[in-house]
Amino acid sequence: MRDLSLHLLDLAQNSITAGASLVTIRISIDEKGWLTMVLADDGKGMSPELLARVTSPFATTRTTRKVGLGIPMMMENAEKAGGSLKLESEVGKGTTMTVTMDTGNIDCLPLGDLSGTLLSLMMTNPLKPDFLFEGKTPKGECTFDTREVRSALGSDIPLNEPEVAAWLQEALNEEINPILGGM
Amino acid sequence: MKSLADLQAIRAKTLENINMRKEDENAARVVIGMATCGIAAGARPVMLKFLEEIKKRDLQHVTVSQTGCIGMCRLEPMLDVILPGKEKVTYVKVKPDMVERIVTEHLIGGTPVAEYTIGAAE
Repeated sequence: MRDLSLHLLDLAQNSITAGASLVTIRISIDEKGWLTMVLADDGKGMSPELLARVTSPFATTRTTRKVGLGIPMMMENAEKAGGSLKLESEVGKGTTMTVTMDTGNIDCLPLGDLSGTLLSLMMTNPLKPDFLFEGKTPKGECTFDTREVRSALGSDIPLNEPEVAAWLQEALNEEINPILGGM
Repeated sequence: MKSLADLQAIRAKTLENINMRKEDENAARVVIGMATCGIAAGARPVMLKFLEEIKKRDLQHVTVSQTGCIGMCRLEPMLDVILPGKEKVTYVKVKPDMVERIVTEHLIGGTPVAEYTIGAAE
């Protein structure tokens, strides 16, 4: 994975597979350059046993083969950049992942194309779930909520309809890039 | 600035398109592998390029969706193009600059781009 936005695209799929109806993504960078990324869902959650071994590359819920690299690779990249990856989960309530990194560390990944990641998530999951994105840096704050989009558009229209997709792409770029672009 | 009010107008137009597509026997699908391996290999720009081309050419009958890992990670990014009444065609090691030919020759023209397919790679 070359940047954080690609990790996010990968890891958000875990929330979607867990049956989440709302996936919340928060990315903040404070004045000292500490980055915190929170990925929270209201999906089915993990048992304490699964939670304990899920950061291992040899833990996966899929049945096709025995490896799952999404979480271990994120963890490795966070730790390389002086940070950490923490998971909290409760069966029936959902899962929250918190990743921290020091953006001043030479091994810290760039943020990458976050609006591209959010658009990809919406295009490939056009009816469910909803996504809430909140960004905060010294440049300001930004927020994007597909629940607002659906209430204006009508919840019967999939977000990957070409007209809607074009609107989303521009709206995401306008909202997110001035705050989190190029970091 | 984009505003939520734009979406009201988009709704009316889109509903029309959805109803037309239901009756459209030409409905085609593009399915992109977007598991960890696909994403790491560059599936996201490929998908965004498909959306761009579909919008540019106003291909209302084409939908783009995703799938997981099918176990040939070394050939990622991979995608399937499924035209009605035809066998699915699997493209491998797809780069964004290959998408335009797949759209024009295969999705529009009906002829797969043979040199990009899994048959040519294996």
